[in-house]
Amino acid sequence: MNKVLIIGATSAIAEACARVWAQRGDRVFLAARSQAPLQSVADDLRTRGAAFVGHKVFDATAFDQHAALLADATQAMGGLDTVLIAHGTLSDQDRAQKDVPYALREIEVNGTSVVALMTLAGEQLGQQGKGCIGVISSVAGDRGRQSNYVYGSAKALVSAFASGLRQRLHKVGVSVVTIKPGFVDTPMTAHLPKGGPLWAKPDQVARDIVGGMDKGRSVVYTPGFWRLIMLIIKHIPEFVFVKLKL
Amino acid sequence: MVAKQVFQSWGRVVREPHEALGLSSRHLPLPQPAEPGTTVLPYGNGRSYGDSNLNPGGALLLGAQLDRFISFDAATGVLRCEGGVLLHTVLKLIVPQGWFLPVTPGTQFVTVGGAIANDVHGKNHHVAGSFGNHVRCLELLRSDGTRRVCSPTEQADWFAATIGGLGLTGLITWAEIQLKRVANPFVDSESIRFRCLEEFFELSAASERDFEYTVSWIDCAFEGKRLGRGLFNRANHAPAVIDTSRVPPGLSATVAESARRVPLTPPLSLINTLSLKSFNTLYFHKQRHDVERSLAHYRPFFYPLDALLEWNRIYGPKGFYQYQSVVPPERALDTTRRMLQAIAHSGMGSFLAVLKQFGEPPSRGMLSFPQPGTTLALDFPNQGPRLMRLFDELDRIVLQAGGRLYPAKDGRIGAAHFQAGHPQWQAFSEFVDPRFSSAFWRRVSARPTENT
Repeated sequence: MNKVLIIGATSAIAEACARVWAQRGDRVFLAARSQAPLQSVADDLRTRGAAFVGHKVFDATAFDQHAALLADATQAMGGLDTVLIAHGTLSDQDRAQKDVPYALREIEVNGTSVVALMTLAGEQLGQQGKGCIGVISSVAGDRGRQSNYVYGSAKALVSAFASGLRQRLHKVGVSVVTIKPGFVDTPMTAHLPKGGPLWAKPDQVARDIVGGMDKGRSVVYTPGFWRLIMLIIKHIPEFVFVKLKL
Repeated sequence: MVAKQVFQSWGRVVREPHEALGLSSRHLPLPQPAEPGTTVLPYGNGRSYGDSNLNPGGALLLGAQLDRFISFDAATGVLRCEGGVLLHTVLKLIVPQGWFLPVTPGTQFVTVGGAIANDVHGKNHHVAGSFGNHVRCLELLRSDGTRRVCSPTEQADWFAATIGGLGLTGLITWAEIQLKRVANPFVDSESIRFRCLEEFFELSAASERDFEYTVSWIDCAFEGKRLGRGLFNRANHAPAVIDTSRVPPGLSATVAESARRVPLTPPLSLINTLSLKSFNTLYFHKQRHDVERSLAHYRPFFYPLDALLEWNRIYGPKGFYQYQSVVPPERALDTTRRMLQAIAHSGMGSFLAVLKQFGEPPSRGMLSFPQPGTTLALDFPNQGPRLMRLFDELDRIVLQAGGRLYPAKDGRIGAAHFQAGHPQWQAFSEFVDPRFSSAFWRRVSARPTENT
């Protein structure tokens, strides 16, 4: 039985992943910022068949709480096999490009707090010599673009850090999976115009993520076609890229 | 400028841009539309056929995003869940634990909130009534931020307005439902050929006591001698001990769910007079004997069309209308015959024609559709004014018999017809949330004009 810690468990993508684990009868421990939504996700997972559901209100930017979260989760589930780090915010680029404290706060929520959690989880799983760390990065981290480079640069930090950690922990039997979702149809993105094939549902994305973590993949683009899209975007020469509206 | 998205109903006749409002937690107040004064309407899984689930020019609350279970007691069969949980998801949870939906419509791809807001019925109406009869309580979230927990005994007036209230009284954030016990996922059914309407009524009367589920397919492609022929289907949940010699090969409790999808919308409706007559003739003669008994998994039995995802595309780009009426028992035979004659005569026969006797259990909702009598449901490809003339004729027959139409299926009836069929509509309108509206409601609550 898998013992899974999910950080940012009330995000639509994390919740969809949690349902996959719950339906398998795994043990889950949920962490998120506010109590009421966290409780409703916990109730749902319990009903769907999770063998154990624990939860804790948690602020990812309170760095001194990180170690306690891992310890609580490990104790409650009787061990820890899998960690999914999925918390984050959708940054307001217009504000972030003018307001330095806001930009740094966004980098902290989406970047450095993730690095801190990966460090602790890497230590613990590395010592036990097995396990999997999944981290939600983004296609936005593959190349800085004018429309979201503050968010994108935080995710670039996450992707680069995960790449190094993966290389180090691979030798001791722990996999680190970098997850790069494209556009996902969630309550947070409800107001954006949709239609077209680029938008995916959270449960499709969750199947890709959990499947990728099962297999210990390195980088999971979800849906998979984003790998090709980003390959092209990454290889556009800079003198062309600066003229684009992307 | 608000980014809008095009939403459609199941009939695909109306496709209009709306502002979409996401719902991330049932504990939060309702999201506000970008422009103050804009009305909102809960939109679940989009299975209503006409315009009762659309609010062109306004906003839609994406109700299907509230899709969490809250609790399920496998000992008592009491389920509490958020309004956006699909019946499909409910069934996957409850059937392996020995429970079933107390009432189910012909598709499992509707939300619990939608099933309540339309007070949907199924093949067991004559014994179980409609979906609302099994709702123990629900929470209603209003645009002013107030929350009301309603039940048949608590805030009973709000409960009655919300059951069948078409989402207009507020958002159903969660509901508690009493499920029914079953021993296994199978259904024991009989299909009986009948050659005229009189036979249908006789079979109905003879089957109501011993069969929980009854429904008929009726052929309305032909006039004359073949008018009113069809297949009568009656069934019960299979008992705990099944005669194993009757279990067809390949039938198992964990049968995989397979579905095909209509990949594109054909340029023309695939349903036309020619295809319809051939289909109906084949379908009527598909069984070799007049009576055939079979054991089936609940999915093909209750939800045959769910196996073909997006089947609504087969009617082509113009979409289709569904017409569902109920007429009181006294003149049901004569009225149904007149309707079938009018349809057959028009040459616009219906592919999916379903006939069923509703029973006595009274509906709880002020706008609930089911009432004792005979209900007839028909699909028609959208053929414009020609079809509207047929509908007007059918309206006259239904109204004259003291019947009414099903709002969840309707996209066209006039205010006068609706108001005559639903005499409680004015009392209901007192409970409509001032910030909620729909295309359907604006049409049917208008002051009736001379020619409607």
